[in-house]
Amino acid sequence: MSAIVDLTLVELIDKIKKKDVSSKETTNAYIERCKKSKKLNSFITEDFDHALKKANAFDNNPNFEKKLPGIPIAVKDLFCTKDLRTTAGSKILNNFVPTYESTVTNNLWENGAILLGKLNCDEFAMGSSNETSFFGNVQSPIGENIVPGGSSGGSASALAAKLTPATIGTDTGGSIRQPASFTGTVGLKPTYGSCSRYGIVAFASSLDQAGPMTKDVKDCALMFEVMSSYDKKDSTSVDFERDNYLNKLKDSIKGKKIGIPKEYRVDGMSKEIDELWQKGIKIIKEAGADVIDISLPNTMYALPAYYIVAPAEASSNLARYDGVKYGFRSKGENLIDMYEKTRSEGFGDEVKRRILIGTYVLSSGYYDAYYLKAQKVRKLIKNDFDQAYKNVDAILTPSTPSSAFKIGEKTDDPVSMYLNDIFTVPINLAGLPAISIPAGIDAKGYPLGLQIIGKAFDEQNILNIAYTMEKHINFKNEIKSWWI
Amino acid sequence: MAIDLKTVKHISKLARISIEEKKGKKLADDLNSIFEFIEKLNQLDTDKVEPLTSIAETKLQLRHDEIKSENIRDQILKNSPNENKDFFVVPKVVE
Repeated sequence: MSAIVDLTLVELIDKIKKKDVSSKETTNAYIERCKKSKKLNSFITEDFDHALKKANAFDNNPNFEKKLPGIPIAVKDLFCTKDLRTTAGSKILNNFVPTYESTVTNNLWENGAILLGKLNCDEFAMGSSNETSFFGNVQSPIGENIVPGGSSGGSASALAAKLTPATIGTDTGGSIRQPASFTGTVGLKPTYGSCSRYGIVAFASSLDQAGPMTKDVKDCALMFEVMSSYDKKDSTSVDFERDNYLNKLKDSIKGKKIGIPKEYRVDGMSKEIDELWQKGIKIIKEAGADVIDISLPNTMYALPAYYIVAPAEASSNLARYDGVKYGFRSKGENLIDMYEKTRSEGFGDEVKRRILIGTYVLSSGYYDAYYLKAQKVRKLIKNDFDQAYKNVDAILTPSTPSSAFKIGEKTDDPVSMYLNDIFTVPINLAGLPAISIPAGIDAKGYPLGLQIIGKAFDEQNILNIAYTMEKHINFKNEIKSWWI
Repeated sequence: MAIDLKTVKHISKLARISIEEKKGKKLADDLNSIFEFIEKLNQLDTDKVEPLTSIAETKLQLRHDEIKSENIRDQILKNSPNENKDFFVVPKVVE
């Protein structure tokens, strides 16, 4: 039998249900490996003792009807967990212990899962390489001193390194799909309104969505099924009938119409990415889908529009961190001085940069030129997708313009860092679902991903396409445990 | 358009983030390169486009004004950065 940590989530659940392994054995196996993997720095806060107690409690009184029976899971440190420190990767929340639980994590625990710990991420989810975290860089298991991507970098690293059987992240502009692509794992950004935002530290409220990160597409369907729920505590949560995404998963895409947008063939795109894309197109054709060339003419304006909308919302959301009611507080001579010092010392450089961009674009005299303009561009981008979906069922693109890069390679040039999200950002602006699946490796041996974009609330369809492609691609994540 | 040190100081004051003098220059440079990138939007004519203000096509739900959490004073004060567990304490604001 394979080692516990080598199993996919669905395989592991099967073994637990058959009583081949207990929750305690499983939890112990993961804890052992986590303890040997500190070099990756993928955890901010471990909760191993509690996890073992909960695993014991599960084994003493098991309920195999649950969808995640006694499964230990580590989550991104952006989800508030009751009585366990939640930092969002920031000094300003270094000592924050929530008195409530996020809806998405609560859904995991209600379905039998056990919290293993909180995973590193870019500060307030602002970053594409996990280099902005107050708690330091995360190493990617694919290679030493390589970034795992971001902002859900700790999640991607922990998953690919087999420190958790599955995990969850959040995606505002690509923060699930880009790290999944960088680490050879599967990441789904659901439709806006599908997973509740209640209890998730807010970055840009009109873009943020939580989603699963998993070893394969089956696991992804299961995790999504568990996470997604209608929640009155989130005013943008959408009340629709959630499906049994795993049960309905099928590897048939015959007759599906899949669009290939010409605007994603960007200037200077590497040959490897183009070849990967062509390989994906060939696979869906062979599987019986119709490939249709489409145009999403405003694609090139998505990233600039995003860098108005997201910082604007962030500057508003992060106004709450003032040192008064919770979080870090610096000493000041008076109230204003206390605010200014608290925020100056509590936030890192990237977060400050984005707050200042946001403050500027919302400030008197500039609102129409920037924020209103960006909202109009957002409308055009959404129209592009609406138009395309009259003729196609889904869209296939690369997930990222390159494979993972070295730690420190892009930190001095914010714009080059932002360009990482060029293929993922338009989807957030339009509120659509998209999944990244591993599809190959580049010359350096680093994973590359393909992205399948769906219609709103059509997750089942993109999961089916991903599942079909996965079978054809048969990707094996060759990770040598160099850090142990 | 260029963002100078004076503008950086103005917006950092609005954002209540004090910026050290020596970091201000680098920040202005970073912001300029970001805005140069953002200005690409000016190529687009958006005069007749309606702004997209909400992505979720749902109407906001009304609810009754009912008290749902009672006696949560300790929970609310639990993370207060000040030792005083009865009130939030801030520097003196009224002389």
